[in-house]
Amino acid sequence: MNVKNLIDALELEVICGGEFAEQRQISGGYCGDLLSWVMSKAKEGDCWLTVMGNVNSVGVAVLADVACILLTENAAFDEDALARAKQNNVIVLRSSKDAFTLSAEIAKML
Amino acid sequence: MSQAIKLHYDVDGTDFTRAGEASGKIKKTLKDIGFPPESIRNTAIAVYEAEINLVIHAGGGEIDVEITPEYIEIVLTDHGPGIENVELAMQEGYSTAPAQVRALGFGAGMGLPNIKKYSDEMKIDTELGKGTVMTLKIFAK
Repeated sequence: MNVKNLIDALELEVICGGEFAEQRQISGGYCGDLLSWVMSKAKEGDCWLTVMGNVNSVGVAVLADVACILLTENAAFDEDALARAKQNNVIVLRSSKDAFTLSAEIAKML
Repeated sequence: MSQAIKLHYDVDGTDFTRAGEASGKIKKTLKDIGFPPESIRNTAIAVYEAEINLVIHAGGGEIDVEITPEYIEIVLTDHGPGIENVELAMQEGYSTAPAQVRALGFGAGMGLPNIKKYSDEMKIDTELGKGTVMTLKIFAK
């Protein structure tokens, strides 16, 4: 599954990086808001579900090579984070649903 | 690559948004010279955690890097308060980070444990009131 498939199936809002969505594959998922924890445990190609929308989240996404950041429950994504995400070609998505609901839906698609 | 590459970074202790710059640049340099991907990831995570620590706890510091075909060595130097109990600080979940740092998603007590996990060698020289020097080594493998 690529990120575009995910966006279409779950009707996600695309905050940035939509142009890379078709080429970026999703191989798994990870939920978490503690950045060190995520950095240590998330795998390359994961869809990362979080409410943490600051510039450090983007840093973690880049270092962990996740497929995309999926902000849950309409969490905010601040301007510094947006600038850093664009600079690093990070795909950032958003949904009004919570992490549990989204995870269940994504798990069915993998 | 016939000789060692040496890099130096100053970490600003006041700007949380810039933490991660050095690890990002080191990651790019390692990619450019063809360091093995797993060693690059391990290095990037270890250095990022260490950078965050410099900002949270030490008011900034300096990072010196030496890269050879066989390994990367990173020396992080700060003039912060020092680490009172290194053994305790190495435990997962132990944190002295303030609330505003936790609100940003850090301070989970995973920093030093992560650095240890992702480095092949880790050495901490710390003195209360003087500062800390942490030396990390990650082999190309």
